[in-house]
Amino acid sequence: MLDHAKEAVPGARYLAPGHNFGSISDKITGIITGRTPFSWFIGFLIGFSVLQLLLVAITYLLFKGTGIWGVNNPVGWGFAIINFVWWIGIGHAGTLISAILMLFRQHWRTSINRAAEAMTVFAVACAAVFPIFHTGRPWLAAYWLMPYPNTMALWPNFRSPLIWDVFAVSTYATVSIVFWYVGLIPDLATMRDRARSPIAQRLYGMFALGWRGSALHWQRYESASLMLAGLSTPLVLSVHTVVSFDFAVSVIPGWHATIFPPYFVAGAIYAGFAMVLTLLIPMRALYGLHDFITERHIDNMAKVTLATGLIVFYGYCMEAFFGWYSANQFEQFMITNRMTGPYAPVYWALIFCNGVVPQLLWSRKVRTSVLPLFAVCMAVNVGMWLERFVIVVTSLHRDYLPGSWGMFYPTVWDWSTFIGTIGLFLTLFYLFIRVLPMISIFELRTLTPDAHAKGDTHHG
Amino acid sequence: MADAQQATGLHGVMAEFSDATELVAAAKAAYADGYRQLDAYTAAPVHGLAEALGHDDRRVQTFTFTGGVLGFLGGFALCYWTSVIDYPMNIGGRPLNSWVAFSIPTFETTILLAALATAGSMLVMNGLPMPYHPVFNVEAFRRTASSTGFFLCIEAIDPRFEAARTRAFLEGLHPRAINEVNA
Repeated sequence: MLDHAKEAVPGARYLAPGHNFGSISDKITGIITGRTPFSWFIGFLIGFSVLQLLLVAITYLLFKGTGIWGVNNPVGWGFAIINFVWWIGIGHAGTLISAILMLFRQHWRTSINRAAEAMTVFAVACAAVFPIFHTGRPWLAAYWLMPYPNTMALWPNFRSPLIWDVFAVSTYATVSIVFWYVGLIPDLATMRDRARSPIAQRLYGMFALGWRGSALHWQRYESASLMLAGLSTPLVLSVHTVVSFDFAVSVIPGWHATIFPPYFVAGAIYAGFAMVLTLLIPMRALYGLHDFITERHIDNMAKVTLATGLIVFYGYCMEAFFGWYSANQFEQFMITNRMTGPYAPVYWALIFCNGVVPQLLWSRKVRTSVLPLFAVCMAVNVGMWLERFVIVVTSLHRDYLPGSWGMFYPTVWDWSTFIGTIGLFLTLFYLFIRVLPMISIFELRTLTPDAHAKGDTHHG
Repeated sequence: MADAQQATGLHGVMAEFSDATELVAAAKAAYADGYRQLDAYTAAPVHGLAEALGHDDRRVQTFTFTGGVLGFLGGFALCYWTSVIDYPMNIGGRPLNSWVAFSIPTFETTILLAALATAGSMLVMNGLPMPYHPVFNVEAFRRTASSTGFFLCIEAIDPRFEAARTRAFLEGLHPRAINEVNA
């Protein structure tokens, strides 16, 4: 890029001018050591209250079993899988920002990767609620899901996509947490040295592991970060691919399609970027982070949302085309039923939210003005949830024989569990912005001239 | 702290510089002067600094690779042993050794072990967690090393180290301050 070549420090255009090591440290640690804004308490209170709904829903579920949900024949997969796929998908943007954009040396990731990775970890935690509790008896799930030598001498079936999912998601959760924590270590050291209360100093100090910024440590650290980014990249692509296998490996019309893996991965990144924007736009305004999360960042994220949104929309068109072109009466019926059957309003709402609304992002004006962009992102969040609803429910509710047709109606417990996980997510996110640096301090420092020895040829 | 002169209680002599350019130049000068047991401290990675100190450690990558290989072999062995040897079961007429299906859990364990080996080896080789380190005895270091400071420390274990001479050498590099680091 041309303006890249002109820059003395690579990526400096993604940081408001005039910043140095000290000003960045002051600003970001100040969010934690300073006074907590009143809006934080309001937000946390809302999140924490909604979380209680999840606890009630789960407690009742454990008493009664999965019969409290709306699932039955023929729709045996309902909200649990819809919400699982939705949450896991949201997580993908965090890994894309922290890993893939790192490999591509996209410096604009620097100020958003920490919050996006936190979002990943929390979204995966919310996603995990569903597969664990949909078993009804999660205390038995250990030997259903994990290969460990148990007293019944049973092993999971490694030919099943569901066990692939367990491996993919648990690896994804572990690697995301490791990557996130490794990225936090130098910033925890900054917090240790900045914290005022002895308890905070001790806690940050413990988690900072005694980091002291030695040059040799940095060398190994950077090499480890690059390796982790390189490992996370194929991992994140594999996770939603494996999630799509849960559907694609079956023989249900509407699921059995080769387009599913790329279409799911694009949908995941699309949903994730919309969620990153949904979180960052208010966070930036609330904490005055305009110097670090600039208009360029917002614009770039909106562009990624648009690009992946177009891929997803192409996926919808191809699903319809495959249905028609297959010349298979079940496939044809499935797609006609999706568009005109009892769930048609959901399908068209999905097309509106995911296909029509994001076209507004072609306009630079929409991409850079926060309120319209926020509205588009909310539409995408809803649209992606509707997409999973359409894929799961409309494919199942009309079985091969009309005698086994049925409808799926979510119960109050379905909704409580789903809305409750949003509470879990908000609670975790609010705690995160309260106790951890929400922007990677040490990585932002590398965008300032301070971090670059003059007269030394550096490699970006 | 400057008067702590007992030779045994000294970790090294530490100079503070005002920016990365000066620090890299000082590191190069100290290395050229023959010092080998020295370390530099910054709040952000500075490219070329570790190299200036004569460090070029690429072992993390070896650990990543080893972890990946172990994860691959272990993951496949798990699938194979459970599905072919310990509990063979005909599922949908598929071969007992359904390696295509096994490739997915194997892929995931490969990534998992490679990632854990990467993060773990980085921490272990860096000697972390390390709750105590002498450099934290320097007050300026405690205050600024993780935000604005640029420090170079020549350690007492270096054969060329001699408190007075090393201090004079560092002074010749025009640092902002010099501190002795108590062990």
